[in-house]
Amino acid sequence: MREISCQEITDTVARLCIEANYYLGEDVLEALRQARESEVSPVGREVLDQILKNADIASREKMPLCQDTGVTVVFLELGQDVHIAGGDLYEAINEGVRKGYQEGYLRKSVVDRPFSARVNTKDNTPAVIHTDIVPGDKLKITVCPKGAGSENMSYLKMLSPAAGRQGVIDFVVDCVDRSGANPCPPVIVGVGIGGTIDQTTLIAKKALLRPVGQPHPDPEVAELEREILERVNKLGIGPQGFGGRVTALAVHVETFPCHIASLPVAVNLQCHSARHKEAIL
Amino acid sequence: MRITTPLTDEVIEKLRAGDKVTITGTIYVGRDAAHKRFMEALDKGEPLPFDPKGQIIYYMGPSPAKPGKPIGSAGPTTAYRMDPYTPRMLEQGLKGMIGKGNRGPEVREALKKHKAVYFAAIGGAAALIANSIKKAEVIAYEELGAEALRRLEVEDFPVIVVNDIYGGDAYEEGKAKYRMTNDQ
Repeated sequence: MREISCQEITDTVARLCIEANYYLGEDVLEALRQARESEVSPVGREVLDQILKNADIASREKMPLCQDTGVTVVFLELGQDVHIAGGDLYEAINEGVRKGYQEGYLRKSVVDRPFSARVNTKDNTPAVIHTDIVPGDKLKITVCPKGAGSENMSYLKMLSPAAGRQGVIDFVVDCVDRSGANPCPPVIVGVGIGGTIDQTTLIAKKALLRPVGQPHPDPEVAELEREILERVNKLGIGPQGFGGRVTALAVHVETFPCHIASLPVAVNLQCHSARHKEAIL
Repeated sequence: MRITTPLTDEVIEKLRAGDKVTITGTIYVGRDAAHKRFMEALDKGEPLPFDPKGQIIYYMGPSPAKPGKPIGSAGPTTAYRMDPYTPRMLEQGLKGMIGKGNRGPEVREALKKHKAVYFAAIGGAAALIANSIKKAEVIAYEELGAEALRRLEVEDFPVIVVNDIYGGDAYEEGKAKYRMTNDQ
């Protein structure tokens, strides 16, 4: 049994909120540099230059990569042998978001009563928190600011099992096509296949946490990722939608067993400002 | 091409989809919530909190400014959400909009009819874009926070013409150029 204090959790979440918004991950930067080299469209290459320049400015000036510092999505891997002391775990996380978004000059973009008055909560809470209980005595926290430009381009379809592998590919490619310039390409395409719809969409989002371009360990899934990526990059949308051959930096697919009568597929798009930072307590 | 505000028809007639231009001068900032208030004012026959004739609206909600800086990070928000409000704003004399992502057919028709242009700034290049903004002030709807109506002074703000007054569309033209069929 290992004790982790709520104060340590709050301070860690606050730090991760700021770091995720200021510093783009090295895997994302490398993927953008490679895209810059392989993009054939001149305006596409210029856009990628600006994106890389932006990451440099944000890091040096310590300011947000994107003004949309997003809804704060937090993934927890909580070890079975951890005891959370000194308060309520989810409260501690929300306090960390409150602190990080204030101290980091991050935008407060969350509103209550989404269907009516839409009143800003003023502190970017509540965070959207997903918790997995795992063996061990550590707490892993991953903070993912998710902006609405890409998040609004999310899709779910209950395919008939008869649609099969080709149906899945056609659906995913069509989703990226329909989204056009809106999700700020080049995107990372998160795909969830299987589960019930809550699980399908959750694994589509979890797929976005993988280092950019790292294939799925199962060769059959990796082949599916490769095929979808090839088709997506033939759409011609390109960086910021002005035309080009790099519309997606990567496609990450996660799967889960599903009902004999279902083939659920979810697509969660991630913009080029792919932001997430983690810590292990 | 370097253009200044207010936008004249003479300048607008020269702009074509895909043109890279810079904007210098005063621009206004408003997005979803501010546009809803604009419509409410127009419905009631009340004046708008700014005179849109000849002006450009930038669809954007900035992150908070650090001490000593005029504004935080300030990249564009997705423009289609403002489509329902745009024809009426163009009727009021608005001549330009900056955002990102494509506009619907109704807006594109209204741009031709009212001689106005839709520009795109680079989404996510928010820290870079902030460098073009020399001054920023809230002029109305302060309680809307990031969604308040703002007036900016910008210098050499880089944008691309998406929709001109001739029916050109940079997104459609770009995609057509690089799109491949599956067996290519």
